[in-house]
Amino acid sequence: MNIATNGLSATAQARTDHLAIAELVKPGSRVLDVGCGDGQLLTLLESTQNVDGRGIEISQRGVNECVARGLSVIQGDADTDLVDYPDGAFDYVILSQTLQATHRPRDVLEQLLRIGRHVIISIPNFGYWRIRAYLFAFGRMPVTRNLTYSWYDTPNIHFCTIRDFVLLCDELDATIEKATALKPDGSRNFSAPWWFWNLFGQQAIFLLRR
Amino acid sequence: MAATQDPVSVMGPVTDRARHALNQADNPSSPVARFAPDQPLLLDSGHRIDFLQIAYQTYGTLNADKSNAILICHALTGDQHVANNNPVTGKPGWWSEMVGPGLPINTDRYFVICSNVVGGCMGTTGPASTNPATDRVYGLDLPVITVRDMVRAQAMLVDRLGIDTLFSVVGGSLGGMQVLAWATTYPERVFSALPIATGPRHSSQNIAFHEVGRQAVMADPDWRFGRYLDAGTSPRKGLAVARMAAHITYLSDSALHRKFGRNLQDRDKPTFGFDADFQIESYLRHQGSTFVDRFDANSYLYMTRAMDYFDIAAEHGGRLANAFVGTKTRFCVVSFTSDWLFPTVESKTVVRALNAAAASVSFVEIVTDRGHDAFLLDEPEMYATISGFLSSAATARGLR
Repeated sequence: MNIATNGLSATAQARTDHLAIAELVKPGSRVLDVGCGDGQLLTLLESTQNVDGRGIEISQRGVNECVARGLSVIQGDADTDLVDYPDGAFDYVILSQTLQATHRPRDVLEQLLRIGRHVIISIPNFGYWRIRAYLFAFGRMPVTRNLTYSWYDTPNIHFCTIRDFVLLCDELDATIEKATALKPDGSRNFSAPWWFWNLFGQQAIFLLRR
Repeated sequence: MAATQDPVSVMGPVTDRARHALNQADNPSSPVARFAPDQPLLLDSGHRIDFLQIAYQTYGTLNADKSNAILICHALTGDQHVANNNPVTGKPGWWSEMVGPGLPINTDRYFVICSNVVGGCMGTTGPASTNPATDRVYGLDLPVITVRDMVRAQAMLVDRLGIDTLFSVVGGSLGGMQVLAWATTYPERVFSALPIATGPRHSSQNIAFHEVGRQAVMADPDWRFGRYLDAGTSPRKGLAVARMAAHITYLSDSALHRKFGRNLQDRDKPTFGFDADFQIESYLRHQGSTFVDRFDANSYLYMTRAMDYFDIAAEHGGRLANAFVGTKTRFCVVSFTSDWLFPTVESKTVVRALNAAAASVSFVEIVTDRGHDAFLLDEPEMYATISGFLSSAATARGLR
């Protein structure tokens, strides 16, 4: 799943993303980070929120880095391995910048809602104005600073807009407890209507429950 | 060139090396812990061993509060000589690349213990040992041993060494079964557990392979219903065939092809006979003949049987997760992509059960074409996983 982050993880923006997620997690809770990469977010959660953290990561290198950090991480794939977890096993299940890289996003989201009492999901917003502008101006699939892959070799096979994702939540009867959009500079918490978010939010973070 | 030759060139009298190996059963080149009949080993079969002897090796130094001990559990045909030269073969220990100063299992930091398992033939009570009660070699008079029996005996040794909680229990294959048996039998005594290339039970296919091996041993007339040592013989041909068949299961098709292909052995063209034309045949014959020089045939029967009976879920009401409920042990499960004897799915079954029990578990599947034996070989990713896991566990345990 690490390949899906579009190189965001090392940037200041990804840190903002992680900090915003950490704020949604109650201290001392049980957390599963699906697609946990090298374990940055889990480490942050364990140090700031004192969570009992677990992770799933598809790359051997990522898992080894996590294990060396003392994290409990399993090598696995969000598309196939979430079924192995019992119902309600975690207080929070986190899927950070990964949903768009899964083969069956709807099934994955259903599994997340089954395993966790809460689900925290961050998604890149394909409705972001720069992406719309790129497509409009050039008539080609957008390749931007944050979406660096060409259409034929991208791991991001299921992009959606913020509005698309909200509709999927409705379909699955998931309640959106909180939603935050991040602007490119990492600022957030601006109160605005959905259409504004969908146009100016580069990524969005949702706190869901069944 | 003769059209036929003895399929396994291990005929003749018992060799000097084999005689030396036999001596190891009673007088091992290792420290020994002996237990009098007031401390019998109680077995799953309901029987008991009254004069238990355990041969073991240690490496490194036990710290003052005895919190840095790692128990290494050896595999089917392994022994306690993990990191020193083997007294029978003269070769480096079977995990000498893993265990030592500065190595992944760092003996500058940890105190490492490895004992020969019950049923073995390197100094712990086994079928080749002399029964002190009768002054006769046990042979098949030794009760059948289970993996849990092996672990109970190890616990007696750990008690004798004055150690309460093991910092870690580590092992591959049968050794990995012992790790799982430790974690489920004595969860409070295992701080961390590293089961490698193993599973929660022995599969039907694996039992089948073992049965072929045992039948090969027992079909050898020199086996003499298990009393061959009394007659000064040994079922060398049967045991060699058992080893040859088993050895195939430790490798992989692609590794065999990479190593041997269809290459001929010391010849340009086939002989149109049954000599070892192919390198792979020659290799297997060599594996068979060197094995019989260092291993007791009855011991092979007992060890394979112990693996066959292994089934943790069955011991816990048929549900594997029950075996791990409430465990505080930190687990790191390792499997290999080309291991078809203990495929990744077996490890994942363990991981799934640990997840269901809310245990702390990490899992890594190492990409390699070297099959089941990969855990004994130089696999950098495995080394990185093991040293990383142990270091982080050591921090959690407060080890320096």
